[in-house]
Formats: sequence, C-alpha cells, structure tokens
Amino acid sequence: MTWLLAIAAGVLFAAGIYMILRRSLVKILVGLALLSYAVNLLLFNSAPLIPARPPLIPLGSSAPPEVYADPVPQALILTAIVISFGVTAFAVVLMRQVYGTLGTDDLNEMRCTDIPCKEVEIASEEEQMEEPL
Amino acid sequence: MLTSQLTWLVLTLAGGVLFAAFAPLLRRRAERLAAPLLALLPLAVFVQLLAALPAVQMGETAQARFDWVPALGLSLTFTLDGLGLAMGLLIAGIGALVILYGGAYLHGHPSLGRFYAVVLLFMTAMLGIALSGNALLLFVFWELTSITSFLLIGFEHERPGARAAAWQALLVTGGGGLALMAGFALLAVITGSFEMNVWAARAAEIAVHPLAPAAFLLILGGAATKSAQFPFHFWLPNAMEAPTPVSAYLHSATMVKAGVFLLARLFPVLGGLPLWTPALTTLGLLTLVGASLLALAQTDLKRLLAYTTVSALGMLVFLLGLGTPLALKTAALFLVTHALYKGALFLSAGSVDHGTGTRDIARLGGIGRAMPFTAAAAGLAALSMAGLPPLLGFIAKELVYETTLEAAAPLLLTGLTLVANAATVVVAVWVGWRPFWGRPGDDHLHPHEGTPGLWGPPLLLALLGLALGLFPALTGDGLIAPMTAAIVGQSVKVKLALWHGLTPMLGLSALTLLLGVGLAALRRVVQPRIAAFWRALAPLGPANLYHRFVHGLLSLASWQTAVLQNGYLRVYALVIVLTTAALAGLTIVLKDVTLTLSPWQPPRFYDFILVGVILTAAFLVTRSRSRVATIALLGSIGFSIAVIFLLYSAPDLAMVQFAIETLTVILFVLVLYKLPKFSRLSSTPTRIADVFFALTGGLLMTLIMLLVSRHASDASAAAYYAANSLSQANGRNIVNVILVDFRGLDTLGEITVLAIAAIGVFSLIRLGGKPGRKQRAVPKGGRTK
Repeated sequence: MTWLLAIAAGVLFAAGIYMILRRSLVKILVGLALLSYAVNLLLFNSAPLIPARPPLIPLGSSAPPEVYADPVPQALILTAIVISFGVTAFAVVLMRQVYGTLGTDDLNEMRCTDIPCKEVEIASEEEQMEEPL
Repeated sequence: MLTSQLTWLVLTLAGGVLFAAFAPLLRRRAERLAAPLLALLPLAVFVQLLAALPAVQMGETAQARFDWVPALGLSLTFTLDGLGLAMGLLIAGIGALVILYGGAYLHGHPSLGRFYAVVLLFMTAMLGIALSGNALLLFVFWELTSITSFLLIGFEHERPGARAAAWQALLVTGGGGLALMAGFALLAVITGSFEMNVWAARAAEIAVHPLAPAAFLLILGGAATKSAQFPFHFWLPNAMEAPTPVSAYLHSATMVKAGVFLLARLFPVLGGLPLWTPALTTLGLLTLVGASLLALAQTDLKRLLAYTTVSALGMLVFLLGLGTPLALKTAALFLVTHALYKGALFLSAGSVDHGTGTRDIARLGGIGRAMPFTAAAAGLAALSMAGLPPLLGFIAKELVYETTLEAAAPLLLTGLTLVANAATVVVAVWVGWRPFWGRPGDDHLHPHEGTPGLWGPPLLLALLGLALGLFPALTGDGLIAPMTAAIVGQSVKVKLALWHGLTPMLGLSALTLLLGVGLAALRRVVQPRIAAFWRALAPLGPANLYHRFVHGLLSLASWQTAVLQNGYLRVYALVIVLTTAALAGLTIVLKDVTLTLSPWQPPRFYDFILVGVILTAAFLVTRSRSRVATIALLGSIGFSIAVIFLLYSAPDLAMVQFAIETLTVILFVLVLYKLPKFSRLSSTPTRIADVFFALTGGLLMTLIMLLVSRHASDASAAAYYAANSLSQANGRNIVNVILVDFRGLDTLGEITVLAIAAIGVFSLIRLGGKPGRKQRAVPKGGRTK
C-alpha cells in the first residue's frame, strides 16, 4: 500500500501543479484543493501503514496495545485538513469577489491590479538637488 | 564621586529620551513655554558636566557599566574623560541654545513639536557617542545620529530637494556606518572585546596584527563619511536643506565632529599604526584645501558656511593625523573654537534669512543698522573665524601654524594651510561683514531684527568665543589640557596665550589676513572664475559618481523587479515548482546514490479500488470543463482519502475528512453559479509544457515518499505520547490528547487562523465591493492609472 499511496500522492501533486499553472482563477482553486489532498497523503505515508490498530488506549489499561499506528502524523494531518478548509473557504469567497468586481477570471488580465503597469519614473528627486562638487 | 556623577548623567539622559517623546504634546499645550521647558534637559546635562569638570581636570576618569547582552560583549559602558566631557559640554550647551533658537525660528511651524522631539533625541544619541566606552554601544548611538540627521534634513519633507538630500546623507553616512561596524568587529576579533579601554591597553598587540590595517581603514571609512571628508564631503552642503538651527547644531557643531571625535578616541588604539599618519594627513589636507576653495564659489550664506565646515573638519583630521602632542592639542582647541564660531555664524545666517527672506550674499548688504544684535553676533564670530586677537580663533590659528612649522614637511604643509586659512578669512568677511556693513544690496529686503530668541543664542556663542579667548590660560588648563590628555593617554601641559612675541606664526597670521581681506574685496572678480573652474570639473566629481551609482542601482532594481515580479502568477508558481524540483532532485542524486526504495508489499484489493478512484478522478479533474463535475470529482477524491484513513487506523482523521469534505462541497455548491464558467485560456504548447512540469513534480514527490518510508520512522515521539496520554492528560484517544493537551498552543494557533479566515470571508462578503457591479480590469483604450 505504501507504493500505491506514493503513486496516488504523486499523481495528485502532478494534477495540482498542472491546475496551479492555469490562467483561470477557478482552476487554480481546484489546484489548491488537489495539492492539500496530496500533502495529507504524503504526511500519512511518512509512518508505517498499520491496518485496524488506531492509537487508542483500551479501557482498563494504561497504554495502547503492542502494535498501534503512529499518532504524530495523524495529529499533523488533522490540523492540516482544518487549515486547508479555512484556506479554501477564503479563496473561494475571494475569487467570487474578484470575479464580481473585475468581471474576468483570467489572471493575465488582472496583471495591472498587482504591479504598476506604466513605467515607473526613477530618481526624479535626485535631479532636483543642486549639483555640488 | 565622579562615577556616581556619571551614573546620574546617564540616568538624566535616559529620562531625557522619555521627555523628548512628550515634546509634541507639550508644544500643542503650551506653545510659549515649550522651548524654555525643553531646554531644561540640555541645561541639566550641561550643569552636571560642569560639576564633573574639576575632578576631570585633576586627571580623574570614571566608568559606569551595566550589562546589556553579555553574550555578544555588549555592555552599556559609559566613560567620562576630558575628551568626552568637552564634547558633552558643546553638545549640551549648544543643544540648549538651539532648542531656544528653534522655538523662535520655527515659530508657528506646524511640525515644531516634531523638531523638538528629534533634536532632543539627537542630542541624547550624540552625548551617547561622547560618553560610550563600548564600541558596540557607540555604534548604536552613531547610527541613531544618522537616523535623526535624516529626519531633520528631511524636516520639510514636502520639498523634493529636502527628501533627496536626506536620502543622500543617510546613504552616505549609513554606508560608512557599516564599514565602521566591520572595523569594530575586526578589532574585537583581534582583542576579544568591544571595550575601548581594553583596546587601548592592548594597542601594542593590535599594531602588529595583520588584520589591523583593514580594521583601521574600515573605521576611517566610517569616520570620513560622518565627518564629510573627501570624497564623501558632498552630502554635507546638500544637508543645508535642513532648517538652520539643525544645520548649526548637527551639521557644523556636533554630529559631523563625531568622525573626528572617534578618530581622537581611537588614537591610543590605532595611532601607532604606520598607516595612521599618511592616511589621515592626506585625507585631511585634500579636504581642507579642496573644500575651502569650493567655498569661494558659493553665494548662499549657509552653503558658504557648510563648505568651510568641511574644510575645518579636514583640518581636524589632518591635525589628528600628524599625531604629535602639539598637533593633538591644536586639534582639541580647534574643535572647540570651530564649534563656537560656526554655531554662532549659522544661527546668525538663519536670523538674516528670517529677517530678510534671503541668504544670497549678492543681494544682502547694509542690513547691520536694522539688525544690530545679529550683526554683532555674526561679526564677533567672523572675527574668531578669521583668527583675529583677542578671540579664540586667533589662538587656534597660531597653534595651527606652529604645528605645521614643526611638522616633517613644513614648507608644503604651511603653504597649503595658508591657502585654506586665507579662503576661510574670505568667507568670514563675506558672511560676517558684507551682509551687514557692505554696500547696500537689494532694496526690497526690508530687514528687521527678530525676537531675542533669534539673536540671543548666536550672540551668546560668539561672546563665549571672545571670553575664552580673553582668558587663554584658563581655557588651556581647564578644558584643552584634559581633552588632550584623554587623546594622548597621559597628562599634558597646555599653555595658551594671546601674545607670544614676534614669531613666524604671527607673521603668517598677518599674511593670511592680508590675503583673505584682499580677495574678499574682489568678490565680483574672483567668485565667477572659481565657480566656472569647479563647474568644469563637476562631471569628474564624487557627487556625480554618487548620482550615477544611485541611478544605476535604481535602474537595476526596477529591471530585476520587472523580471521577477512580472505580475504573472503562473510564472511565480512555475519558479517555485522548478526550484523545488531542482533542489530536491539534486539532493537525491548527490546524497543518496544508491536509491533504495521501500520494499513492495502486495496491496489488498480494496486498496486498488480506492487508489484507482483517486487516480481516475485526479486525471478527469484536469480535463473537466463542467463546474458540477469538478466539484463531484474533488469530493470523490476527498471521500476516498477518508476511507483510506479509516482503513489504516486513523478514525479521527476519517471523521474530520468526511465532515470537512461535506462542508467544502456545500460551500462550492453555494457559490457555484457566482463562479465563472471554465474556459480554456492557455495555448496548446503551453499546456503540453505544463504537463511535463507537473509530471516532473509529481514523480519527484513519489520518489521522495518512497525514499522516506524506506527508513523506519522515529517512534520515540509516538512512544512518549502513548506512555503519558492517560497518566498525564487523562485521555485514551492519543491523537486527541496531542491536539488539545500536549500541543494545545498549536491548536490555539490553528483556531486563530480559522477565526481570521472567517473574519476575512465575512468582510469580503459584507464589506467588499458588491458583486455584479462589473468592471473591466483593463478599461478599453488605455491602461489603468
């Protein structure tokens, strides 16, 4: 299963990267979701996969049985799932507002909202100084 | 006794900083009282320093030390000796006068409160330099003076010229500050300490160390930029954009002397280097002669004074470079003399500007009758500057000639000094005589004397120059001797007198005056020629090099910004993906040559089904052009992963994944019809290239995962949590215990992130632009402004 999960995560990474590289905002959002699935699988696969041995302490005993799944990656993934939901929710709403305001979801057309598109004049103040030697 | 006085002084200064913060408030509440009240701080420091003077005259020094960051060798070491005390008296005394004068000069200015605050902050920093015994501490104060100087030059920040001059001063002195820091670090490497008295004690060891010349040159770089030595002198005349009280205080009397002060302070440490004398005398002479000739081309009162300040700083560096006891004594006297007459002249120039509205010497003339007190102050100070008896300037000039006549190449040095001194006399006449008593200039000036705040401080400074000159023995024993003793490192005798008999120095003085006054009378003939000469030379000057350098730097910055920050998200993502792939791939190839992957274990049949679903959905998602299908496909991936979690012992993850997946689908469905339809925007070659990049990235991640899972993971963390989950946290579900107990703060952070995201979502929906009001990102027919 380690092999299969590694392949699945790899394919999810590939699909996510591909979608991230698109020009449409919606597709980038899908790419984000795919990447977070991939990362979760990567974390999950970093400890040995043990079927049907959850890290629980049975009643009446003070420690889990001899063999149990590593709880540390699980704790990490639990956090990651929740955070990625927050990111996705924010991104979805942000995208909706951007589309509503700008009327496009082509990132190339939004370029001038990010950087100054006209030539920036530099050193104009320098010339206003007297020229001493 | 002296140590406790020093401690009190430091405490006064620390309180002063807090006091300064309230200056704007005080000014708003009590416009009239603000200046006298705020001047109490420098006055208190001045009185404290005076009280410490007798002990210092007896040869005592004090040190007060508080640890700050002991691990870095950074301690708040304050030293009080003759040099620091004299500097401190100048800083505090002139500081009090400048605060009073500034209140009158900037009366009614909306930012007067800011002026008070920054000047007081500067004064504290400058006193810090004078009193620091630790090089790192001195460096902190040093940089603080650069920053306050920047703020004060750019005081009238609405004017582009003031902003540009402020930047220039900051860049030049800040660059020098970096060199200074490096020099200090090298000395600390040699000696293992940042304490300057440790350096002085081990001077012999430093002198022979191979790193010493580098340390010396770096420190000299710092001192030369701060004290405006050639070729860094150009920032100082431009700094005249500052209000005149600032020019008087920072850019003639105190801050620009910091470089000279530092060289004097380190004379016991570095004075023994063979490089010291040639480097300093060359630098000083170049600055001295060059700047005094540059001054002759100026017609603006403040710029005339600025260039003669540069030349005076050159004189000080030259004298320190000679390094004989006589030269050091002369340097100490000249430093005090210059601060007094130049401060007075600057303040008078400000009063003239205030009373007439111009600083152009071609337009000024005959205003002395209307402005008698200013004329008296400027006249007295100019007499000192020109070096006439019985003023302090006369004694200083006699000593300068005595020094050069005793030096190694008396003819050359005396000749050059004579040229510079004659030019100084010319400027003294132009600044202190011509505007007031010369031929009447412009008729439309309507000169009038200002309030006592405008003529009192310069008159006081000028009278002080007279008083100290009238009692030369007192000045020599009381002030100059302790200063020189602190520079040399042992007590010295200083006998000053007005009359030495008919000496060669007296003849040289007379010659200087004759030359100077003669040249000054020929202003209309002399000045245009000198100005034309310098104009012809300007393209080769360091100021032009500086402009080219700054322009080139800005061009480079905007070029590389245009390349890297091009505004295409796609390119950013691509750079990140490819960089990661290249770095990770390279590491694998270089470090893990064997490439043993984890062993293949036959999977169970439902593993095939789940992974099959994920693979198919991931592939279809990239091809999908339907919004509903995309959401369904994403959901199926999420739910398959949840089942995998469930099968492989992670029931908590499965539950959360199911819940979140459901929420995500609901969220998507809610905004689905507000979203744009999928459109194919990229060209086919781009898409093919992207497929290649994506597959590279995916392959690399698979490889990494297989390489990682080959190693048995470190289970010690898991074992710790398993052993302590029940006993310490009373929980049987170890994953939950980790989240809410062992790593509870991390979860708090996570909740905070979610809360911020929620606030962001809410405000985007409620406060953001109304969706539906469509607006093109790029309006037709033009680019956005």
